[in-house]
Amino acid sequence: MNLRRDVFQAIADPTRRAILLLVASQTMTAGAIAANFDTARPTVSRHLQILTECKLLQQEQNGREIYYHLNPKKIKEIADWLAPFTKMWDDKFNKLETVMKKYKSNK
Amino acid sequence: MELKTQIKAEEGKQELFITREFDLPVELLFKAYVEPEIVEQWMGTKVLKLENKKHGSYEFETSDAQGNAVFKANGTIHDVVQNQKITRTFEMENSPFPVQLEFLEFEKLTEDTSKLTMHVVYKSVALRDQLLKLPFAQGINMAHTRLQEIVNKLK
Repeated sequence: MNLRRDVFQAIADPTRRAILLLVASQTMTAGAIAANFDTARPTVSRHLQILTECKLLQQEQNGREIYYHLNPKKIKEIADWLAPFTKMWDDKFNKLETVMKKYKSNK
Repeated sequence: MELKTQIKAEEGKQELFITREFDLPVELLFKAYVEPEIVEQWMGTKVLKLENKKHGSYEFETSDAQGNAVFKANGTIHDVVQNQKITRTFEMENSPFPVQLEFLEFEKLTEDTSKLTMHVVYKSVALRDQLLKLPFAQGINMAHTRLQEIVNKLK
């Protein structure tokens, strides 16, 4: 099965979020990542596969080992998830500020 | 561009916090919430009713160019303390979203600056997330701080 996934689906799972956190600080091999979880190794591999498919993780061959590291570009997409909502309020509040500054100088 | 507004929506909680600092004395910030004609200006909606008192209520309505009401909202005002706080409910009419509870706190920072904190409580976690239009996305908040550091380096 090789469904196309989006990043938000990928981070809906707590284990995958934990993996992202781990890898955020350093590049790691699948084995080193799996060692942090009680889950079976194939389950972790599956999570890694999903995270790689949606490009949150990138693989890097180093000798015989494959290292995983974060793809910062893709991470930024997620970090911006609240952006539309925040922007909406920010625009409103900017308007408020402008209106009140005018109000003040008209007094 | 750095936005001045911050939203904190923790995973699994049916609330969120919206904070913003203004280059305005707290009195003016507060006024922007209680004077109907000023509310109309920045909210871009018509204020049909706005009673700033305990057991008061309010009604907003936005119309399209043809004069049809496209958005209606109303709520009950539970408490108003001048220049300090407003506690009220907010409900969008003709929408699947149930009423939400809002605690607005107005804080004086300096003579010319102030801070607004909106604490919004939703009926359920699911509804909050739906309202944010990104049902699964809040999940990242757990990892948010760390990831934010990474993102900051990219800017």
